[in-house]
Amino acid sequence: MKTLVWVEHDNNHVADATLAAVTAAGKLGEVHLLVAGENCGGVADAAAKIAGVGKVHVADDAAYGHHLAENIAPLVAELMGDHDAFVAPATTTGKNVAPRVAALLDVMQISDILSVEGDKTFTRPIYAGNAIATVESADAKLVITVRGTAFEKAATEGGSGIVEAVSGPTDAGLSSFVSEEIAESDRPELTSAKIIVSGGRALGSGEKFEEVITPLADKLGAGIGASRAAVDAGYVPNDYQVGQTGKIVAPELYIAIGISGAIQHLAGMKDSKTIVAINKDEDAPIFQVADYGLVADLFKAVPELTEKL
Amino acid sequence: MKILVPVKRVIDYNVKPRVKADGSGVDLANVKMSMNPFDEISVEEAIRLKEAGKAEEIVAVSIGPAKATETLRTALAMGADRAILVETDDEVEPLAVAKILKAIVDEESPRLVITGKQAIDDDSNQTGQMLAALLGWGQGTFANTVEVEGEAITVKREIDGGLQTVKLNLPAVVTTDLRLNEPRYASLPNIMKAKSKPLDTKTPGDYGVDTTPRLTTTNVGEPPKREAGEILEDVDALVAKLKDMGVA
Ligand SMILES: Cc1cc2nc3c(=O)[nH]c(=O)nc-3n(C[C@H](O)[C@H](O)[C@H](O)COP(=O)(O)OP(=O)(O)OC[C@H]3O[C@@H](n4cnc5c(N)ncnc54)[C@H](O)[C@@H]3O)c2cc1C
Ligand SMILES: Nc1ncnc2c1ncn2[C@@H]1O[C@H](COP(=O)(O)O)[C@@H](O)[C@H]1O
Repeated sequence: MKTLVWVEHDNNHVADATLAAVTAAGKLGEVHLLVAGENCGGVADAAAKIAGVGKVHVADDAAYGHHLAENIAPLVAELMGDHDAFVAPATTTGKNVAPRVAALLDVMQISDILSVEGDKTFTRPIYAGNAIATVESADAKLVITVRGTAFEKAATEGGSGIVEAVSGPTDAGLSSFVSEEIAESDRPELTSAKIIVSGGRALGSGEKFEEVITPLADKLGAGIGASRAAVDAGYVPNDYQVGQTGKIVAPELYIAIGISGAIQHLAGMKDSKTIVAINKDEDAPIFQVADYGLVADLFKAVPELTEKL
Repeated sequence: MKILVPVKRVIDYNVKPRVKADGSGVDLANVKMSMNPFDEISVEEAIRLKEAGKAEEIVAVSIGPAKATETLRTALAMGADRAILVETDDEVEPLAVAKILKAIVDEESPRLVITGKQAIDDDSNQTGQMLAALLGWGQGTFANTVEVEGEAITVKREIDGGLQTVKLNLPAVVTTDLRLNEPRYASLPNIMKAKSKPLDTKTPGDYGVDTTPRLTTTNVGEPPKREAGEILEDVDALVAKLKDMGVA
């Protein structure tokens, strides 16, 4: 089987999420990559070094610069004439583009796969990960998104892919990019952080979140996450949300502070290696998945913890 | 402008789903069902656009069993004007849902379709994008803010790194994210009024759509279980555990 993997990038760097998708695609067959963007030659060269990669198709055009699904999907659909599976990481870009490709090809997408069980058989989470479905596709071509935490990352060195320029339909004239608000941060990105400190509604305000959570995260070199309630209340930006409908994370250590542990939150973090929960309510559901629990007032316990580490 | 709002009947988000012992699926017998939370957000957004004078009519659509009528009545009680039930007891996959919705769009000619970003049962996150592709329309997915101005719609989208703003020509498809709005509760008088709002019943066959699944679910199992661990005495005990793990 010949697969075409969507390379997630910002026109400068290959994003980590790509590497898990490459591993998943490798279980299906030959791995080809698609680098679509504007002035993205550097990304293509880096992508060619990913272990196990065959051809790297580069589509360089202003119309692809911001990965607008309306412009990218027809390009992918055209390239799929020569591939059997389109594989994208389940990032917001992947989730935006892949279903549009699937509809153009008249196939059902298989969303957020956890494992490859056969040529056309996969497992995927449903009901916020409270059930795992095994599904088999009857479609001639496959369109798949891959859960990043479920597959090892392919090595970024050692490959010798062949870079080849491709072109296709360009600006569909349906949409245009206006602007972006991307927070620059030195902190590890949530989906690849080894340690995550997450705060919930209990923090009470953006100032308290910053005052209590940030120093602990700094001390541990951790990424910062949050529950939906903390995001909705405006303590932190939307991209901090961990959960069923936010980011799926699986760090070595996840520290949940003032988070109750609703199923929607657990869906995003319960595959973490070690979970620590700090909550003043001993009956909080978060304790049912925590390896270590501390029943305490976070405003006392967390500063003390930060100091003693 | 007319707005079409697809609403799905799903397990209530407060219920913990139970996997059936025979691996055939999730047990929905006697389980509380509700409107998919993202679809409530879609209905709310459509009503706000109508209240702002940007839309004249809101049509709610559900594809599902006869009981999905309740979901449609909820949409009508919130403020939708009429509803269409496409009745079927079969499970209809996102691709077939998108095809049925396309057929309804061809008939109804709305300028905007607002879907949820994700149904909380199948967690597919694909119907809106597929519908946009089938229609050849633009798509504003994971919407955080929506602004309609003349022949265009500006959508601020929730993306992995933060927020992205795109401008789409109308007609277009928008899919809703959690921060778009806070849905209202239907008032008692509006619930009463909703009972007399028009609700048409159709079948997938009326739209000529074949709903044969493309994916066969061969098993539904439990995820790996996590055991509750240890409740620690105090902060010092936690510090010791973290040191053991080598993180401090
Ligand atoms: C469609 C949908 C999708 C959703 N998606 C997500 C998602 O992706 N991610 C997500 O997180 N949620 C999601 N939710 C929301 C989820 O259902 C919960 O509402 C949310 O996770 C609750 O956040 P919380 O734990 O911070 O707040 P709460 O449930 O209010 O919990 C606060 C906790 O803090 C504790 N506490 C209070 N004061 C203190 C103190 N001083 N010291 C210590 N502990 C204290 C309390 O005991 C309590 O357990 C979703 C909901 C819906 C309907
Ligand atoms: N059976 C259905 N009836 C009405 N709307 C649906 C149905 N299935 C999906 N949708 C819409 O598509 C959105 C995304 O669903 P999904 O792609 O299944 O995650 C939902 O939030 C609904 O707006």
